[in-house]
Amino acid sequence: MSYILSEEEQMLRDSAQAFLAEKSPVSELRRLRDEGCKDGFRHAIWKDMADMGWNGIVIPEEYGGVDMGFTAAGLILQEMGRTLAATPFLASSVLCATALRYGGTEGQKSEHLPKIASGEKVYALAVDEKARHDASHIETRARKDGNGFRLSGQKRHVVCGNGADMLIVAARMDDDSIGLFLVDPETSGVERTLRRSVDSHAPANIHFDDVKLDGDALLSETEDGSALLDLVLDSGRACLAAEQLGIAEEAFSRTLDYIKEREQFGQKIGSFQSLQHRAAHLLTEVEMTQSLVIKALRQLDEAPSQAPLWIAAAKAKATRVSRLSSAEAIQMHGGVGMTDEYEIGFFYKRAQAAGEFLGDDAWGAGRVAELSGY
Amino acid sequence: MSDLESFRNDVRDWLEANCPDSMRKPMKSEKDICWGGKRFEFSSGDQKAWLERMAEKGWTCPSWPKEYGGGGLSKDEAQILKEEMERIKARPPLISFGIWMLGPALLKYGSEEQKRHYLPQITRGEIRWAQGYSEPGAGSDLAALRTKGDDKGDHWVVNGQKVWTSYADECDWIFALVRTEPDAPKHLGISFLLIDMEWDGVSTKPIKLISGKSPFCETFFDDVKVPKENIVHESGRGWDVAKYLLSHERANIAGGGSGAQMNPVAAAHKSGEVDENGRVADPILRGDIARLTIDALAFETTLQRIKDQADGGQGVGAKASMLKYYGTELNKRRHELNMSALGSDGLLWEGENPEDGDPARGWLRSRANSIEGGTSEIQLNILAKRVLELPGG
Repeated sequence: MSYILSEEEQMLRDSAQAFLAEKSPVSELRRLRDEGCKDGFRHAIWKDMADMGWNGIVIPEEYGGVDMGFTAAGLILQEMGRTLAATPFLASSVLCATALRYGGTEGQKSEHLPKIASGEKVYALAVDEKARHDASHIETRARKDGNGFRLSGQKRHVVCGNGADMLIVAARMDDDSIGLFLVDPETSGVERTLRRSVDSHAPANIHFDDVKLDGDALLSETEDGSALLDLVLDSGRACLAAEQLGIAEEAFSRTLDYIKEREQFGQKIGSFQSLQHRAAHLLTEVEMTQSLVIKALRQLDEAPSQAPLWIAAAKAKATRVSRLSSAEAIQMHGGVGMTDEYEIGFFYKRAQAAGEFLGDDAWGAGRVAELSGY
Repeated sequence: MSDLESFRNDVRDWLEANCPDSMRKPMKSEKDICWGGKRFEFSSGDQKAWLERMAEKGWTCPSWPKEYGGGGLSKDEAQILKEEMERIKARPPLISFGIWMLGPALLKYGSEEQKRHYLPQITRGEIRWAQGYSEPGAGSDLAALRTKGDDKGDHWVVNGQKVWTSYADECDWIFALVRTEPDAPKHLGISFLLIDMEWDGVSTKPIKLISGKSPFCETFFDDVKVPKENIVHESGRGWDVAKYLLSHERANIAGGGSGAQMNPVAAAHKSGEVDENGRVADPILRGDIARLTIDALAFETTLQRIKDQADGGQGVGAKASMLKYYGTELNKRRHELNMSALGSDGLLWEGENPEDGDPARGWLRSRANSIEGGTSEIQLNILAKRVLELPGG
């Protein structure tokens, strides 16, 4: 495996950079927040992204995608981290696309994947029921009912949940195994409550009250729903780690620019050794994170059975370093770093939320210990 | 069959025929390392034969040019040799400062005569070299060194003291930084001299460390006559050579780290601090070890990635400082957690077995990792200035 990006990957990254700088800079996130947007993303930008082919980045060509793999998806998310672009990309094009691709029957794939790829519909994945991420804790029930199911339970903080047109819900079946179910949120018995979050995204709590589902709501290509869910979550973690890396890089780069310009005591504050050492430490931590993120993404594409350890390590490291980088950014910016007018605070907020989603650094450490057999 | 494949087959056959069985077993102690040199006593006939056979092929320094005693191998060939040696767990035939420090510096800065004279002695393990850099008043601020050489026409008379000269009491020659131009600016008055330790006026004294016995010495120069032809590069330009050589040393310290094989989880098993499922019993310690694992994976991956980038033509440059900083801080953490996992068992200093006390000594020794070869703080200074281009202060 190579740590170097291919020419195709570099082109993708460059075009993502250019597109996001123009269409979705940090000021766009501020606008979404100030308008009180209930979906948490701009539909017009989502459409444009579909036209670039991004929304089908991990979807096979026969279902309207471009099938470039998780490394490519990660590169896009890394750039999104840099501009804090709020889009359904992770929820819809990574998590749900992966669930359908590897868990969906032929019929489910041909019905749903093209809608994700074209951006026509937005999909969201509902797993967590506790405050901290824990995919083993699923009490939502899908009881067999004739040819179909009855779904009851409560999902917490579903990312992109308020604006989604379709949900994929993890639930426990009659034999206590895990199943993933396609659920239209407009179905009777589904109730969504918007939870405005600190990063200006629009997740939702979703209540399922004896919701009637057809038999083909279950992603049933595989028997082992738990393994499918693991794969789906790991794909999301690897890609989210890339977004966190982008956050860390951009917060660091802005801070570096700032301490090279800002003067106190008659000199640039970047000439002070106390700040230089903190900046050099951050540089090193960001470099380490870059290595783990590309390793995790490549493993997922090239050797998926080896990937879980690297993904847990990457998610944990990226969580810690993105939070450190954005926290140090506020400190080194001083007073202006605390103002809403300055953009640096948005990075700190997003780093907290992205860190929490799909497992933070403590979660990752636990997983690494478990996978390493200690 | 491609050239490289047939090279691999040849290497495999040759190693099979020439690497003694006892040289395919892991090294148990310091004694099993072959350092070479006039005073070196081989621990076995196999150790001697293994060195001689590899030196004959030039494979103690596989990528150095053949005319200087090296193997003349291309990068791909050297990699194949490395892989084939690892495959049969062959011990390195020779380890020395000559190979990983002086050699590269001579290849870059030495005269043709110097290369032809000194390099083959290194590849054959005939001469063992010590490094004479630091002084009592010149540690991190190396350029403040005061060991001086008075110009006497065809030679210098050298006076002064070096510290932290590893194994100086067992070495044959020393490469030393000496101030030969007292009036020149700090960095420009220094020369890189090659000195025979048997010459009159050179003496050494061992240093005992917090970890006990150590390879480090003080080395004294008292009116030592050093011929002019024993200078590497130009007079007053020794700093260039020293810097070049330090970057090799840094990469080595960062990559090697005495504790790379040491494992806090194994330590917890040894001290009985695991539960019935074999998990580290204390959940907080377990978490700390897991965070160490994550950072160790990050470091290992970064070494690979920087190597890939270097192969692709990007310079490593100041990134050596990043590796040195992160790798040594990581190694200290690893030793700390190893001691925590061992509990009171780790506090043993001496006992019935020769290896009793190793964890404590290793832990103490690791504190030097972030001091030797440029402190962590010096590495951060280098990164701030050369990579981040922050203004000088």
